[in-house]
Amino acid sequence: MHELSIAQSIIEGAAAELERYPENRVAAVHLQVGVLSGVVKEALLFSYDLAAEGTPLQGSRLEIENIAAAVFCPICREERVLDSIQNFRCPVCLSPTPEVIRGRELLITALELENGYAAAAC
Amino acid sequence: MAMRPRLVEVRKNVLRQNDLLATDLRRRYGLAGVTTVSLVSSPGSGKTAFLEKTLTMLQPRYKVAALVGDLATANDAARLERSQAPVKQITTGTVCHLDAQMVDRALDGWNLNELDYLFIENVGNLVCPSSYDLGESLRLVLMSVTEGEDKPLKYPTIFNSADVAVITKIDLADAAEFDRDAARGSIHSVRPGMRVFELSAKTGAGMNEWLAYLNDSRAPVAYAGG
Repeated sequence: MHELSIAQSIIEGAAAELERYPENRVAAVHLQVGVLSGVVKEALLFSYDLAAEGTPLQGSRLEIENIAAAVFCPICREERVLDSIQNFRCPVCLSPTPEVIRGRELLITALELENGYAAAAC
Repeated sequence: MAMRPRLVEVRKNVLRQNDLLATDLRRRYGLAGVTTVSLVSSPGSGKTAFLEKTLTMLQPRYKVAALVGDLATANDAARLERSQAPVKQITTGTVCHLDAQMVDRALDGWNLNELDYLFIENVGNLVCPSSYDLGESLRLVLMSVTEGEDKPLKYPTIFNSADVAVITKIDLADAAEFDRDAARGSIHSVRPGMRVFELSAKTGAGMNEWLAYLNDSRAPVAYAGG
């Protein structure tokens, strides 16, 4: 299980970004996880809370958006989304599709910020 | 009154640090003209035996070296040293994969310019190593005939991330009732067109074909400037 070290990298990346927004806290980190990234969503969510403890990200949520595998079909000359990563074939013409366009993402896309002082005042 | 959360856009690759270091390693391998090959497989599929045989057969003609990752022991490095090639063990402790930083540290003290081939044996694991680029020019995924022909379907991510598949222990194929066509079908289902080698490190069957392919994949020496 390497999700804990991935979670630590997410926390480090988000904490570095947070430095640009003083007086804010992070409510949530938005993350794209490709189906070919090698990361298991449940294990990552579990690891995230552990990794966030004692950091400025403590108490924040991890919002994961799953990204399906998209390939280029050399016969249709079109981008196609695969139903399963066990079968790299064009879902329309059934040709083999080695060229991956999307699905390897492991990308922080956004932070949900709250103004820390305003929140503490009420 | 509490402010509503606001969304700020970020586009940050989580593995950016690893990827930057891997890119730098790839550049250094290129400048030194060293072909770097990594090996991934499940534990017990024969990575070390395959690598020992490969190193021994390459040794008379080429300068070869190996880094070998293991959770706790230095046994694999001791086995590989029988090939007379320089070998360095990377003991990862509890970490289930190698990353670019571990490779970078392990290379400290080695002169890449003196090498033709560098092999990096990953920790036996078919899940975690798939996420980490080590700067290698060729990633091999190995499976043995005793593991079942559907192994690639069970671990599509790592098979898809590899460049070459090696089916090991082919001398046991009949005893294991191994179905070659089914195995190739599974491999090509998750990685269409991937080159497949069937071989046995024990008998040497298929090793020459693999070494010929490796010779064809040798990195051209890149020159930095005029």
